[in-house]
Amino acid sequence: MSMLAAATPRLHVITAVAGVICMLGILRLVRRRQLRAKYALLWLAVGVAFVVLGASPGLLDWAARRTGVAYAPDLLFLVGTLFLVLVVMHLSWELSRLEDRTKILAEEVALMRTELHGHIGGDQSHPPAEDRRTA
Amino acid sequence: MAQGPAKVRTIAIIPAFNEEEALPGVLAELRQAVPDIDVVVISDGSRDRTAEVARAAGVNVVELPYNLGIGGALQTGFRFALRGGWARAVQVDADGQHDPGQIARLLEALDAGADLVIGTRFAAQRGAYRVGRTRERAMGAMRVAVRMLSGRRFTDTSSGFRAFDADVIAFFADTYPSEYMDSVEALLLALREGFSVVETPVTMRERQAGRASNRNLRLVYHFIRLAVVMVSGAGRHRAPVREAVP
Repeated sequence: MSMLAAATPRLHVITAVAGVICMLGILRLVRRRQLRAKYALLWLAVGVAFVVLGASPGLLDWAARRTGVAYAPDLLFLVGTLFLVLVVMHLSWELSRLEDRTKILAEEVALMRTELHGHIGGDQSHPPAEDRRTA
Repeated sequence: MAQGPAKVRTIAIIPAFNEEEALPGVLAELRQAVPDIDVVVISDGSRDRTAEVARAAGVNVVELPYNLGIGGALQTGFRFALRGGWARAVQVDADGQHDPGQIARLLEALDAGADLVIGTRFAAQRGAYRVGRTRERAMGAMRVAVRMLSGRRFTDTSSGFRAFDADVIAFFADTYPSEYMDSVEALLLALREGFSVVETPVTMRERQAGRASNRNLRLVYHFIRLAVVMVSGAGRHRAPVREAVP
């Protein structure tokens, strides 16, 4: 007997409602353009999964039997953990890439600012030496 | 001074973070010791008058919009040198630790065929440079790390007094490491890339403030990080254009 299947109907309702709230929150962020569509789809899928699991109590037990998992909640934890690890790995990758890009941008902005004042490669160093040359 | 077209242009790259006090002296000394060298000061998000002070001295100034750390500032310097077509670059600290009078020694080693020259404090008894015990241990650990990861022996892996030829300038313009211990990582990257790296003894002044907070755990972390960098082949360059060493 799984946790979900054994639980009172109230737990299913809570799970389903949590899924719906999650989805509403995501849609709100998308509408405000604060969340890229690729992430929105990801978390919408999570919301859908919550709603489905909440609405059909036997589903998890059925999936556990099909995959040979003795204790159904184990399956839930396994899938959930794997999913979160993958998401966090992906975010670390994106963060590293962004850090690299902002660093390059900062360097380029600084170099361009210098180019505005004179061109790189010009002999701007040591004005005393230049003075001697021109004098 | 007659500057013939055959003259090799050299630029001193000086990363500076809030160095308004030490910088004027360093620039003046540099001008006196090596009159024909060009200079670029990379102000690494300084909040004081570092950039103004450098401009007043008449040198090139690049101002980063925010603090990138020494690695980012140096990479900016390499980009500057690459765009401007300088054939040689020297890295000099803004805090006066490096004696500009020693730059000639670094350049001699470049002329002798090296791609990257490291000015080392220990290779000879040129003015015994003393370091604290913790720092000494840290430097020892880095020596061992570099030997394990590259198979080469260096006495002063973290020295920031270095000279670079055009190939290394081009290489580091894209790949200079940005994390702490950039100098050790840069050395390893250059070795793996097949550049000829030599050490040459220089005298160095003692550092004013004790900034070396090398805790053991931190060293272990950075050793592992460097090992991962080396093993994974990170920062490997796309076949650099190498010139035959004369």
